[in-house]
Amino acid sequence: MAAISREILKRRGILRSPVMATIGARSMASWFGHVEPAAKDPILGVTEAFLADPSPDKVNVGVGAYRDDNGKPVVLECVREAERRIAGNLNMEYLPMGGSIKMIEESLKLAYGEDSDLIKEKRIAAVQALSGTGACRLFADFQKRFLPDTQIYIPIPTWANHHNIWRDACVPQRTFRYYHPETRGLDFASMMDDIKNAPNGSFFLLHACAHNPTGVDPSEEQWREISYQFKVKNHFPFFDMAYQGFASGDPNRDAKAIQIFLEDGHLIGCAQSYAKNMGLYGQRVGCLSILCEDELQAVAVKSQLQQLARPMYSNPPIHGALVVSIILGDPELKSLWLKEVKGMADRIIGMRKALREKLEKLGSPLSWEHITNQIGMFCYSGMTPEQVDRLTDEFHIYMTRNGRISMAGVTTGNVGYLANAIHEVTKAS
Amino acid sequence: MGDANMRAELGSPGRRLGTLARHLGVDYSPASSSLMASHNASEIVTPSPTAGSYGGSVFTNVAQAPEDPILGVTVAYNNDPSPVKVNLGVGAYRTEEGKPLVLNVVRRAEQLLVNDPSRVKEYLPITGLADFNKLSAKLIFGADSPAIQENRVATVQCLSGTGSLRVGGEFLARHHHERTIYIPQPTWGNHPKVFTLAGLSVKTYRYYDPTTRGLNFRGLLEDLSMAPHGAIVLLHACAHNPTGVDPTLDQWEQIRLLMRSRGLLPFFDSAYQGFASGNLEADAQSVRMFVADGGECLTAQSYAKNMGLYGERVGALSIVCKSADVAVKVESQLKLVIRPMYSNPPIHGASIVATVLKDGEMYQEWTIELKAMAERIISMRQQLFDALRTRGTAGDWSHIIKQIGMFTFTGLNREQVTFMTKEYHIYMTSDGRISMAGLSSKTVPHLADAIHAAVSRIK
Repeated sequence: MAAISREILKRRGILRSPVMATIGARSMASWFGHVEPAAKDPILGVTEAFLADPSPDKVNVGVGAYRDDNGKPVVLECVREAERRIAGNLNMEYLPMGGSIKMIEESLKLAYGEDSDLIKEKRIAAVQALSGTGACRLFADFQKRFLPDTQIYIPIPTWANHHNIWRDACVPQRTFRYYHPETRGLDFASMMDDIKNAPNGSFFLLHACAHNPTGVDPSEEQWREISYQFKVKNHFPFFDMAYQGFASGDPNRDAKAIQIFLEDGHLIGCAQSYAKNMGLYGQRVGCLSILCEDELQAVAVKSQLQQLARPMYSNPPIHGALVVSIILGDPELKSLWLKEVKGMADRIIGMRKALREKLEKLGSPLSWEHITNQIGMFCYSGMTPEQVDRLTDEFHIYMTRNGRISMAGVTTGNVGYLANAIHEVTKAS
Repeated sequence: MGDANMRAELGSPGRRLGTLARHLGVDYSPASSSLMASHNASEIVTPSPTAGSYGGSVFTNVAQAPEDPILGVTVAYNNDPSPVKVNLGVGAYRTEEGKPLVLNVVRRAEQLLVNDPSRVKEYLPITGLADFNKLSAKLIFGADSPAIQENRVATVQCLSGTGSLRVGGEFLARHHHERTIYIPQPTWGNHPKVFTLAGLSVKTYRYYDPTTRGLNFRGLLEDLSMAPHGAIVLLHACAHNPTGVDPTLDQWEQIRLLMRSRGLLPFFDSAYQGFASGNLEADAQSVRMFVADGGECLTAQSYAKNMGLYGERVGALSIVCKSADVAVKVESQLKLVIRPMYSNPPIHGASIVATVLKDGEMYQEWTIELKAMAERIISMRQQLFDALRTRGTAGDWSHIIKQIGMFTFTGLNREQVTFMTKEYHIYMTSDGRISMAGLSSKTVPHLADAIHAAVSRIK
């Protein structure tokens, strides 16, 4: 086929032909004129507003992305090294539909245990997914396709996008009580009631650690009780684990809830994300796994998960998966990663202490214990939407209106300012 | 007791006890001891009543999905020990040496990115990398496109062509009054699944004519004229997959006139821009014709082939709207489709593309490398055609040089394909599609021999 230039087309009268103007197109109304402007995403909209604010004092404690003590985003050293090894050396061929085998192997070791029999017995159906969101969505689609009569029980509150995910997968939603506003802790009794009252065999979404947005996790004892009740009721536990390593600083500790459920023989589902714990946010790397009865079933389930991924994006992106496999597959790099993850978790724990101490020093009439009781990236402050609005309007502090503070955005530089502002808007209550 | 029965009966507690029993070297019976009457009762392990009543996995009835027809070809190829085997299955470019290729300009972009200490890995916005979006729109619509200058184009970064098609399909299923899409017969195997899962109902229009191995233009026009007002029509912008048969510019013009007069909504799949003819502008003409008439359309772009970024999953969906207002609203609704699917798109591949597209010198280098890939393929076409002519192979093989892009629809039937695989170790999809990218000057003669033999011995 010869190269066709614009000149030729002009000469042939194909461009800017008067005939064209009268044939339908220009006189037609838009197909999309009736489309309504969509509401802004409550979380991502916060960052947009922050970026647009010219104030030099502005603080972003909205989105859950880690910042160092200078308020800067961080690329982990282990990640930089992994990328140096990739650049110029590896090719960019399609991954299989189920994603990188190596990355999946390493991810399962992290979630299920380094020496897990379940892995040796090949009982886990697992695919690489587009971070935590993608893993949850694949599971929701899978649930819809193979168990169309089931619903999903989602904790109150939860990450807002959970509701969108199961809604778009057309899986009906129910809720279970979780957060106790009065104590700013776990409403364990109500949670257990809801678990008992749900019909047998219900599907539950559980945050494995560092609950988002509250930071409130069940204790080990409480997890054991929950697991036992799940056995009695034959419920299906689906774990969203977006913060392994990031909560306590120790990935093994953060997977304790999953371990308990596995010991009790539950056949779990699990969504893993490397967005926070490896700082790979924009790379969209995660893993969806479903524990099956045996290898045969795992093969079947994995093949069906691939069938859901194929018409969505064909196969998952390779770059982030390479970074994860290289880091977790190299003992030195993995060691470095563990150190860096602990460093991030420790900084956040330090900021929790600092914020609470400053508020108490300011003589706040309220209790701020929950700041240090809660765990992970977020603190559910207990502030009202109106108080949050004041923080934004008067102090240029940006957070979601549910009062959730991303502790990762708190630094030694801004913790004093933040404490003052919070004190200002809450002291009257 | 068969494994399947055991599985169904025992569930998890049964299996754990079974494992325990094996370790202890004793028999395990889930039921009464009647089956094990001959054994000492103390050696039998039975589940305690408190072990939980759950009956195993809720996914017990999930059947294994069939093997993907295209990827299955590569699996079979990999398992073949023959030294003369050739893989003409999957559509990924290979060099003369049969190796995957990372473009030099891509390697350069990679190095720039990795060596830039200020680069971070933060979440992209839901719509993706802004630079990438603007540059992608310019690439397909032309930098001077009035639609772009008038801000009438909503562009979102998506996961390659597949992702762009899916997001576009979901948007249409939610907001377009006519939820039917017409796809050409044949088309890429994944198209019907993408649109069905997106919520659209899928119909077909005639496209390929097996007797001429060319376009069934009359059939195409007839079928499109029967489509209801507002129906969506999927068009391959260039290098139709799997046939390699494209309309001429005159035929495109007629298609455009028909579609505009019937009020049909075009949805372009542009997976081979620059790869088909070697010229980026030429390969975008079909799309630009439709945009030039002021009407609306959707376009899915992929950088998998033309920048060799396959596994990075880089693509863009553009919706050309009547006005800037509408484009803003459309973009906001696209976000609602994306957020519950994967929140925001992957950054790496899009950064590479943006780096290349925005740098004049790198862009130039890219066009040269792109042309080289396209020309190698065109040369393979010529060589294969010549080789068949030399052998006096029966039939008209001119379609090999008339078709365009990565694939040739040979016209060989299933039996002939099977024969070629068995006797000559040539791997291709059973519809007779070969990936020209998998050929080299060294392997053309072998393929020509295989085709010649197949055509002579099997009708």
